[in-house]
Amino acid sequence: MDVMPKWAEVILVPLISLLLAAILSALVILAIGEDPVAAVKLMVTGALGSTYGWGYTLYYATNFMFTGLAVAIAFHARLFNIGGEGQAMLGGLGVALACLYIPWPHWTLALLGAIVMAALFGAFWAAIPAWLQAKRGSHIVITTIMFNFIAASLLNYVLVNLLRPKGQMDPATARFPDVVHLPTLHELLAPFGIAFSKSAPANVSLLVAVLACFLLWVLIWRTRLGYEIRAYGHSESAAKYAGISPTRIIMITMIISGALAGMMAINNVMGEAERLVLNSTEGAGFIGIAVALMGRSHPLGVFIAAILFGFLYQGGAELALWTSIPRELIVVIQALVILFTGALDNMVRMPLEKIFLARRRRQAPKPERKEA
Amino acid sequence: MTFMSKMLGAAAAAALSAGAALAEPALIFDLGGKFDKSFNEAAFNGAQRWAEETGGTFLEIELQSEAQREQALRRFAEAGANPIVTMGFAMADPLSSVAPDYPDTKFAVVDVNWLDLPNVRQVSFAEHEGSYLAGMMAAMATKTGTVGFVGGMDVPLIRHFGCGYAQGVKAVNPDAKIVANMTGTTPAAWNDPVKGSEITKAQISQGADVVYAAAGGTGVGVLQTAADEGILSIGVDSNQNYLHPGQVLTSMLKRVDVAVYEAMKAGEDLETGTVVTLGLAEDGVGVAMDEYNADLVTDEMKAAVAEARQKIIDGEIEVVSYYANDSCPALSF
Repeated sequence: MDVMPKWAEVILVPLISLLLAAILSALVILAIGEDPVAAVKLMVTGALGSTYGWGYTLYYATNFMFTGLAVAIAFHARLFNIGGEGQAMLGGLGVALACLYIPWPHWTLALLGAIVMAALFGAFWAAIPAWLQAKRGSHIVITTIMFNFIAASLLNYVLVNLLRPKGQMDPATARFPDVVHLPTLHELLAPFGIAFSKSAPANVSLLVAVLACFLLWVLIWRTRLGYEIRAYGHSESAAKYAGISPTRIIMITMIISGALAGMMAINNVMGEAERLVLNSTEGAGFIGIAVALMGRSHPLGVFIAAILFGFLYQGGAELALWTSIPRELIVVIQALVILFTGALDNMVRMPLEKIFLARRRRQAPKPERKEA
Repeated sequence: MTFMSKMLGAAAAAALSAGAALAEPALIFDLGGKFDKSFNEAAFNGAQRWAEETGGTFLEIELQSEAQREQALRRFAEAGANPIVTMGFAMADPLSSVAPDYPDTKFAVVDVNWLDLPNVRQVSFAEHEGSYLAGMMAAMATKTGTVGFVGGMDVPLIRHFGCGYAQGVKAVNPDAKIVANMTGTTPAAWNDPVKGSEITKAQISQGADVVYAAAGGTGVGVLQTAADEGILSIGVDSNQNYLHPGQVLTSMLKRVDVAVYEAMKAGEDLETGTVVTLGLAEDGVGVAMDEYNADLVTDEMKAAVAEARQKIIDGEIEVVSYYANDSCPALSF
């Protein structure tokens, strides 16, 4: 049934896309008079060459896993949630409120409480566009992207006017109490005798993200709700005919999606900064779209794509630190990868499909003749 | 062949600079970017001066995101950079968590004076004193009796600028009107020249004919619009008189470049654990006089400014600091 074999679909297409992006990036680096080979070396050793590099790569990857999963689940219902950024911001607010105002006895309880608050806030922010889509037909792409701006303004107001300690110049909350400090990978791995860099921010939320990947896989492919979501995504009219309520599916899918995006905050707000700063999401909500596209909306694919983007982010930071490549060009390189793997998927896919089709046609007549 | 040798050369250069990275000083720019014609650029100029005089090299990074603040500090510290010079009050929080982990590394931070860390040198400026002089000049130059103030992000530091300015204006002309606006409440306000331009136009329509911009990169838009509309402007941090010759009344100099230069010059012997405040007496702040504004500055102005400067240094005039009780006697924000 499929035009391409499975291995070509999941490995070959992303690999060729990446290669194209790498070639273009190399040309960009050459054009500004830097050495692309040294740059790639620097990125690889900086992001993967030490536990420190891995710590940062995995930290960024954790963010992208949450937002990638959020976009992926929405894709299964043919809903395009561009609002991951805003939902993650609101999730951050939820985490900050939970950490600042509830006296937690232990970090495990605080983590559970923060997850609930982050998910609630994120889900709430996604539920409004979802309701508008389900009941009023307002297109979810428009409403979710607009809700990003509303979230940014809301957070701005809350941080500047309500949560900022008096006299502090940063628009940020006070530091969270020590008891809600999440163990980093260094602290988690130390009892097993594994030395992991102390200064890297990757923390226990990584495990939560991996668990979320698994649970989402169960939800999509092993439950009745997941089946309904996929059925609705394939054909709304058929789903309706089968007795599936579109309103219910849109609402539930978007609430799960928003909750996942919001949960990113346990990593960046609670795990890393330990206070809520204004720009805490740093575009992770948008990167989630590329991650979901590249991961073909499959939780395992999202997991792998998130690590790739984590590598790009950490590698980019290393480039900024040790070379004179200006920061704007590092963004260009990151954007090229997103462009090729996310947006220009068909550019690689269609010629590949043609090649595989042609091969199949050449092979196909043989068995027919044998049968005749 | 040439391509190959070029690549090898670049690789060798990269390897060399990586080797020499030990004990180099490092400079971390704030989010406004290196070439903001103001705060960060002043820091860059100071570092550049050090590099030219000593032939040394320094590591630098323009931050892209909040998460990179701590990361850049740690990476430079681990690479052995010493001292590490950082810019802006937003570095205070990351510094207080990083500096204790690297007791042998020396840090310097500009615009912070409230930390208590043994290996950090905190440098702050008496911006209100310099702004006071700028305010006096504005009040003497205005024909309408109305002057403007465009702040960047609405933080105590910028109110501190505006407060000194307003006191200077009122000292010359107690009836003068001061129109004060902030560009925004987020760090984006440091780099929004378009909005700076809009605010300037709004202030002109309220009668302002001298506008003081204390807004980082946003100030470029303020100065541009003031020049286009034929009114005078006052630059900040770096000497910005040259941007529009004959149309920038003066610049309130905040010698960030000197602070950076001296931190790098001291190198590993940098005196830390101290708070250094640079005011008029130390020439840490002042008003810029050069050939670009010579036609705008009257002898009367020069005399008045010189007299006030001396009186402030001697303590005869006391410029009230906004920090003293979070309010300003001459201006309400």
